[in-house]
Amino acid sequence: MKISREKAKELCTKSQYGEATWWELLQLNVYVLLFKECADFSAKNRKLTSLCDKANLNTLSESEKESMKKDLEKHL
Amino acid sequence: MVLLKTMVAYELHPEKWVDQYADYLFNYAVARVSDAEIAKDLVQETFFAGLNSAKNYKGDAAERTWLIAILKRKVIDHYRKINSKKGKAEVRINYNASSDAEGDWLEEQVADPFSKDGASTIENEELGMAIQECISKLPKKQAMVFNMKTIQGMSTEDICNELGINPSNLWVMIHRARTTLMGCMNQTWF
Repeated sequence: MKISREKAKELCTKSQYGEATWWELLQLNVYVLLFKECADFSAKNRKLTSLCDKANLNTLSESEKESMKKDLEKHL
Repeated sequence: MVLLKTMVAYELHPEKWVDQYADYLFNYAVARVSDAEIAKDLVQETFFAGLNSAKNYKGDAAERTWLIAILKRKVIDHYRKINSKKGKAEVRINYNASSDAEGDWLEEQVADPFSKDGASTIENEELGMAIQECISKLPKKQAMVFNMKTIQGMSTEDICNELGINPSNLWVMIHRARTTLMGCMNQTWF
């Protein structure tokens, strides 16, 4: 049941994407209850998720970037 | 020594443009043309125009600011082109030839006709640009994994297959990326 602080933070991040297992969530929740620092980190992590959602971010795919780079290199 | 400093200040790094600025410029363009394909083309055209105009870069603005100024002009040209057939084109450019800015980029002095109304829309766009700026400071692989997972919404399995990493590595990278982003955005947005 005991996990390291770093592992707890990783689980916190994983839970932001809804991909933590029930066992990982249990471990995380116990850790958050015991350590305020982890609770603060969780709050910030949730805030980051909400900011990313609010910003409606767009990104080019890696293949689009590669193609863009090749075209640009031809002009260099 | 002074000469060397001056030369460095004027230097452009087009070989890094795609990695460092493509997403930032893409977000700016998408917010204005609301079409990802057109936005992508505008970013590509901006890079080409940047290369062609490299000799005009005076180092007064940061490289990214300079590219945004070119992109802004590309967006104006885009709307002018699609409106011209209908006789709707109207672009107001207030170029002050008598100021100290004479000879500078016209784009820097153009009132943005595509500015949106509503404080929240502007705030969300600023937020998006702030996040993109922070993402651009991440190590390349962390930024790549964060983008694929958080922005493109790809599955863990697909990302792992594409990048040849295991899920454990993926979560470590995302965790590190998010921790860095929290620190980067802390003062203004948290």
